[in-house]
Amino acid sequence: MKKLGSVFLILIGFLLIAVMPASAEEAAGQVAATAAAASVTQAPAVTAEAFEALKNSMQVSIDTVWVLFAAVLVFFMNLGFGMVESGLCRAKNTVNILAKNFIVFAIASASFWIIGWGLMFGNGNLFMGLEGLFFVSGADNSPAMGDAYAGAYAAISWTGVPLWAKFLFQLVFAATAATIVSGVVAERIKFLSFIVFSFILVAVLYPITGHWIWGGGFLANLGMWDFAGSTVVHSVGGWAALAGALLLGARIGKYRPDGSVRPIYGHNMSMVMLGGLVLWFGWFGFNPGSTMGVGDGSAIAHIAVTTSIAAAMAILSSTATSWFLQKKPDFTMIVNGALAGLVAITAPCAFVGVGSAAVIGLIAGVLVVFSILFFDKLRIDDPVGALSVHLVNGIWGTLAVGLFAVDNITGAATGNGLFFGGGFTLLGAQAIGVAAVGAFTFTASLIIWYLIKLALGMRVSREEELVGLDLGEHGAKAYPDFQGFLTK
Amino acid sequence: MKLVVAIVQPERLKAVKDALVDVKVGKITVSNVIGCGAQAGKVEDDAGTLTGGDLLDRVRFEIAVNDDYVRPTVEAIIKGARTGHIGDGKIFILPMEECIRIRTGEMGRLAIG
Repeated sequence: MKKLGSVFLILIGFLLIAVMPASAEEAAGQVAATAAAASVTQAPAVTAEAFEALKNSMQVSIDTVWVLFAAVLVFFMNLGFGMVESGLCRAKNTVNILAKNFIVFAIASASFWIIGWGLMFGNGNLFMGLEGLFFVSGADNSPAMGDAYAGAYAAISWTGVPLWAKFLFQLVFAATAATIVSGVVAERIKFLSFIVFSFILVAVLYPITGHWIWGGGFLANLGMWDFAGSTVVHSVGGWAALAGALLLGARIGKYRPDGSVRPIYGHNMSMVMLGGLVLWFGWFGFNPGSTMGVGDGSAIAHIAVTTSIAAAMAILSSTATSWFLQKKPDFTMIVNGALAGLVAITAPCAFVGVGSAAVIGLIAGVLVVFSILFFDKLRIDDPVGALSVHLVNGIWGTLAVGLFAVDNITGAATGNGLFFGGGFTLLGAQAIGVAAVGAFTFTASLIIWYLIKLALGMRVSREEELVGLDLGEHGAKAYPDFQGFLTK
Repeated sequence: MKLVVAIVQPERLKAVKDALVDVKVGKITVSNVIGCGAQAGKVEDDAGTLTGGDLLDRVRFEIAVNDDYVRPTVEAIIKGARTGHIGDGKIFILPMEECIRIRTGEMGRLAIG
């Protein structure tokens, strides 16, 4: 009896599927008939105008679903960051790192909603947005696009999706910038100081430089291109984190008195694996989603492939570099290689061919290994290698646009890069962008970190650092049933 | 020949190890243990009152030494482990009958090295 019932259900399903395309064909047929003969039929007439309206509303629906889907993928990257960071740090700081990565999205949600969005995308001057500053409350007639748009957020009227779709997508990006800081200052920063800095970063610093590039500010006018945020998101997070790491100092025991490095190993490589692949997965939203529309599908397909190829090539080159320099292929370098490739391709993913993406990835993988070793030479302690991944490769990716761009490859009039006969114009604009964003974010972050240090203190006590921030900051242990060594 | 056994706070491990190395006591064995002392597992909170009552994490050192090394070893452990708070731990000194190095078969003073 049960079997019969399910067969019946399946039959009904087929019937529905069969009927739907038939009625769609009918509608199209009617349109053709009306247009050609202008004859009056008995069925309600579907004019070309009505068909156009239907097509437009379908386009908005499809684009909105795409943007929200991509936003959710980027949201999932919070998990990736949390897993990579906690895996690369010691067991005694796990709860603290997980807590930071969890709360950072909440902080970003509050601050980007309250003022960040307005500063970044509000109509304003070349430096920052001024209209509709608070709570995304400016006038808006999205999804109207381009000249038809009459509202406070004209800079992002190139996409035809509702305002809240734009907001959610930009919010998950802003949150990403803040999570980058978390890794660099891990295992020694006070929980409250991290919360305060993250709030200011997403409320003020990130939106201002974001306005310069994506909000119609002076770098956009200069002809700087950053498709999905190698500079806007990753370098900004990196610069802010570098300022923090400089003021914080290294973890106890990281450097011997003679300056040599005493490696502090992470506690769970399975988590690093999980996080690395979750981030890669999320990047399929980060880059292709930055089209903020489906178009005819060619651009998002192109970007998905440039993104993935760059990550793959960066893994190969980081593994080879690590094998050569460190005698054995270090697993953390393999994972960081993937992330480096992804960060580097974030700016150029829509502006370069697949072959160029492979080259950009190959260079990113080499850069990240040398950079991690270089920061240790300078005794700037970065527990997870986030400066090398996000700052160094964010800069590389932004400059790579100036080298490898091909005009109109997915519909953006970037002009050609240096290697494709475009001369130095684009590369120059990219370099100015990197320098301007770097100078502003690093200086402002340094000041804000310093004020936080004066007001709240930045670093936990020596005793707390030795016992671990899990007990000191949260009164909890990540693995209470297991006993490891707190210091070695 | 003596066997020095020391139970110390887990976060003092590195400080004790470094202090031992400073006095040229380099052959040590360390293990994670749980236990309780006079306070039956209660710990001092910020106000100085005792709370809790569980078996607590500690680290145990086992160090075989020749008699002339007992004193420097004990002093080094105290230097590394002492914070002045309740729960800093204890040192036990046990007579040791024999010590044999597995690789060479050496015994006694030679085996301790």
